[in-house]
Amino acid sequence: MTTTTQTHTTPSLITSIWHWLRDNLLTPWYNALITIIVTPIVAFVLYRILAWIFFAAEWDVVKQNLRLFMVGPYPQEELWRSWVTLGIVVLLSGLSWGAWRGREWTAPISVVVLGILGALFLPITAASKINLLIMAAIFVGGQFLGAWKGEHLRKYVVWLWVLSFFIVLIILWDVRPSSTPPFFEANIPSGQVGGLTLTILLAVIGIVASFPIGVLLALGRRSSLPVVKTFSILYIEIIRGVPLVTVLWTASLLLPLFLPSDIRVDKFIRAVTGITLFSAAYLAENVRGGLQAIPKGQYEAAQALGLNYRQMMQYIILPQALRIVIPALVGQFIALFKDTTLVLIVGLLELLAIARSVISQPEFIGLQREVFVFIALIYWVFSYSMSYTSRRIEERLNVSRR
Amino acid sequence: MNRRLLLLVTLLAALALVLAACGGGGEEGSAPTETAAETGGAAETAAPTPVPEQKEEAQQQTGQSLLETVKARGKLICGVNQALPGFGYLDQSGNFAGFDVDFCKAVAAAIFDDPNAVEYRPLTAQERFTALQTGEVDVLFRNTTWTLGRDTSVGLDFGVVTFYDGQGIMVRKADNITSMEDLNGAAICVQTGTTTELNLADQMRARGLDYEPVVFEDADSTFNAYEEGRCDAVTTDKSGLVSRRTVLQNPDDHVILDVTLSKEPLGPAVLQGDPIWHDVVMWVVFATIQGEEFGITSQNIDDFMNSEDPNIRRFLGLEGDLGTSLGLTNDFAYRVVKHVGNYGEIYDRNLGPDTPFNLPRGLNDLWTNGGLLYSPPFR
Amino acid sequence: MANTPLPVEHARPPFWRDERVLAVIAQIIFLIVVIVTAVYLFNNAREGLAQAGLTPGYDFLRLRAGFDIGDSIISYTSDDTYGRAFLVGIVNTVRVAIIGIILATILGTIMGILRLSPNLLLRGIATVYVETIRNTPLLVQLFFWYTAVMLKFPRVRQAIALPGPTYLSNRGLAIPWIEPLDGFRIWFGFFIAAFVIAYIVYRVQWTREDRTGQTSYPLTSALIAWIIVVIAGWFFAPGQPFTITRPELAGLNFEGGTVLAPEFAALLIGLVVYTGAFIAEIVRAGIQAVDKGQREAATALGLSTVQSLRFIILPQAMRIIIPPMTSQYLNLTKNSSLAFFIGFPDLFAVSTTIQNQTGKALEVISIVMACYLTTSLLTSLFMNWYNQKVRLVER
Repeated sequence: MTTTTQTHTTPSLITSIWHWLRDNLLTPWYNALITIIVTPIVAFVLYRILAWIFFAAEWDVVKQNLRLFMVGPYPQEELWRSWVTLGIVVLLSGLSWGAWRGREWTAPISVVVLGILGALFLPITAASKINLLIMAAIFVGGQFLGAWKGEHLRKYVVWLWVLSFFIVLIILWDVRPSSTPPFFEANIPSGQVGGLTLTILLAVIGIVASFPIGVLLALGRRSSLPVVKTFSILYIEIIRGVPLVTVLWTASLLLPLFLPSDIRVDKFIRAVTGITLFSAAYLAENVRGGLQAIPKGQYEAAQALGLNYRQMMQYIILPQALRIVIPALVGQFIALFKDTTLVLIVGLLELLAIARSVISQPEFIGLQREVFVFIALIYWVFSYSMSYTSRRIEERLNVSRR
Repeated sequence: MNRRLLLLVTLLAALALVLAACGGGGEEGSAPTETAAETGGAAETAAPTPVPEQKEEAQQQTGQSLLETVKARGKLICGVNQALPGFGYLDQSGNFAGFDVDFCKAVAAAIFDDPNAVEYRPLTAQERFTALQTGEVDVLFRNTTWTLGRDTSVGLDFGVVTFYDGQGIMVRKADNITSMEDLNGAAICVQTGTTTELNLADQMRARGLDYEPVVFEDADSTFNAYEEGRCDAVTTDKSGLVSRRTVLQNPDDHVILDVTLSKEPLGPAVLQGDPIWHDVVMWVVFATIQGEEFGITSQNIDDFMNSEDPNIRRFLGLEGDLGTSLGLTNDFAYRVVKHVGNYGEIYDRNLGPDTPFNLPRGLNDLWTNGGLLYSPPFR
Repeated sequence: MANTPLPVEHARPPFWRDERVLAVIAQIIFLIVVIVTAVYLFNNAREGLAQAGLTPGYDFLRLRAGFDIGDSIISYTSDDTYGRAFLVGIVNTVRVAIIGIILATILGTIMGILRLSPNLLLRGIATVYVETIRNTPLLVQLFFWYTAVMLKFPRVRQAIALPGPTYLSNRGLAIPWIEPLDGFRIWFGFFIAAFVIAYIVYRVQWTREDRTGQTSYPLTSALIAWIIVVIAGWFFAPGQPFTITRPELAGLNFEGGTVLAPEFAALLIGLVVYTGAFIAEIVRAGIQAVDKGQREAATALGLSTVQSLRFIILPQAMRIIIPPMTSQYLNLTKNSSLAFFIGFPDLFAVSTTIQNQTGKALEVISIVMACYLTTSLLTSLFMNWYNQKVRLVER
């Protein structure tokens, strides 16, 4: 409204800056007054924050515990497994970027720049620095490959992502049926995967596992069968009516109680169960929103074609509905990502738990601010970039639809 | 696209279930690690989370003791604390160490002649009994207070005390507090869900004192709040206070009051209903005590091998078959003392004058020295 | 005619393919599966409980709790029952929720309006606030507020003295407070009645103004009525109803007055700041959804920015704002359970303690869940009612 500047004449740089200033800061008169009052306050706060970041804060606590923050107490000699995992994810990201965006250059350049900057300035071992550069190279390579094959590759990339989920779990954790022999010599107990890695794993597993349950619940809630409908409504509303901590607490207390005594429930599983049960209810409501947005004509047309309920849902309704709810699902994933902090109550060593144990290291006593600001920054970077990307995609979809 | 989508959904659902079933890690590897934050300084009365004693049942049906299972497995699984310096903690090289951990080693030494045939499971106060009840661990050496309730309704068996502890209170020297009465009106930091919390309430009430409890869910928060000055005092087991004081910024600024709020006998717990296994654990502990009483240490034990004293000969398994009647070898006490040392050595190694804790033996001395350690005779 | 079957009958499939029959069968099967699963799970639990020698039941609520609770506005000692301890938790949760909801609404509305400010700086501040807070976990923020802000205030002996006298330290904010004397109960009755009477006066005056068109100052009259009743109460009460005590450093702590605990403050600030960011976005979206023509019309009528916001934009935006606002209020209430991590004895924190002391996992969990569900239900009902009301006003 206020930012519309005249574009029919090309104003000089100075005039356009002046226009911009005038429109944003100086008109009408009380805006100028606000600007005059607020500027020094903002400047002072900024100064204090910057002074703290660059001079007062003692970042040693972060530097020396960087590995702990990233992977938790993962055994040093097995760290290569986490690098391989990261490599897979980076390669797939590169492939996807290439396959969908083509030979676009901002992403690879920023990845390479970030890699070089990281290798130069991060307080990590030489081997890790080289690994970091390799990761950047993998991304660029992946993008070239993706761009080269382009459209043709897309559907495979989707499947590769699905596959990678399990490969990552196998490599990182040696997840397998208990009857098969282990793939790796070293045994990684679930308590030893921690830090950011665990946070991401929890969020991804949570959303993936709650997806089918959520879709079923959403269908159940819109079902014409009263029993199914009541059950779904009860489940969704009860879960949504209680806090996540209590769900996690319940899972950690009652799961061992309700299951037969010979099944041992690891606390990672307890946490994942709690998160999944919780997330499913919210996901169901999101999906229901999508289902409701499908015009009635679609249902009628499907029925007119003689499709039965399953066929109608599978081929006509769900694909459309799920597409509509993608932004909401991203939003839910972000919320879940932040909510993983609550598994603290189960005693898992995700990022926040690591932060708390770092704070209690005797040599770093009293550095709560540094540690919390650091992990808040990590959460922020992830959440913000996800929500930003999702917004951009949404905008693009909206534009292309018109 | 649609079919693929649905297939994907089903696949993921199925795999999520598989994942849940196989337990997130290699089966034997899925040890729940407790957060470093969960440094149970106190012997917490965690909920006796009721879990059926499947082990016990299995044992009753087959008549097989856990001892056989452990022998067959080739190693002992021991539930320990991970974050209580001096008792159970990870040392700098990432190995478990501490007073409680040494007793795990003693049991392993008695069974396998190898103190390192142990797999440690760090447990939180809340999950320790469940872990025992579900058979996740064979024995619990995790600063656990022996109480009647735990011996009966929680379905555990105690029987021997490795450490006589009591609840204490730590205050700042500068505050000039010397007795409980001086704490009138004080803010006291305490960890929730512990007997500590109850004892504190009872003691203050009995003395008619007013105080503000500041209650946290974990020991780290509790001690952090104390250190920051949120509370005037902090209370937990004395051993925990001593251990924790060493990691405060200025340990010398703090003093542990000379009052004891409660009795906290800490000892190993095994599952109820397995007398053979219970005996093994109990007599391994007695062996360390008896060893000290005889003056036998890991250093001089071989000198005793040609002792004429029938008591010592029986103890070392040179005479009689005390060990085999226990289901072990006759020289089990020799193995224990040789590999791990007698009680005094274990104590000094972890808590004695050469450690930062420098904890006086007090009640944890031999009965001959005015303490409470008293081993039944080896005969 | 009897020989020619009706087309309907002709089309009727055998009963095992009849959709209605199938539907019933499907539901019965579903029900059986659910019941069998539930029975199976409960059997496991029952066996487990029996083997551990625990009998389920709510009798423990009448037993002596034995532990103390630091921050309570209703009287409680360790001699009270577990039931009373639950009540303390519930009251604390409600206290945080109500104050939090009010403050978060104020903060969120201000920030939401600022996000649309023509002034770049204000817009920038609001945007940075919203984007920072919304994208970091609440629990991290709570830990930050508690351990990195509240506990870093000066120690009690170096407390910052403020006028009042109030003292700020890492033990909280010590402020002067009333101490009830003999006549307090009666006076308090008047105090409550004053609100009712003030409301009635407000309605009466407002209706009159509405009907007759003459200015009747409803708000001022209500205020005067309130003051009169409160003062009248002072005279009717036997003796002085209360005195004011001032905080004073005596011994280890402040005595007299009352103390706002740092745990409560950290929780409240955390919840308000966090929820405020979400409310800001809701308010912004609500305002933006109001037709641009409305704003222009208001400007054309000569209304100032504030006036058009107050009388034109916000009332209309309310319709869009209320449903998502309700869920934010519910979120705030539910999120208050994170008090557990920073040592504030809310319902959840007290419940974990009780569970730990009694071992009654099932019972305690059922009580906690019931409490939160009731709160959610009540809030939803209230907001629905309010929503209806707002709708009716709009013609």
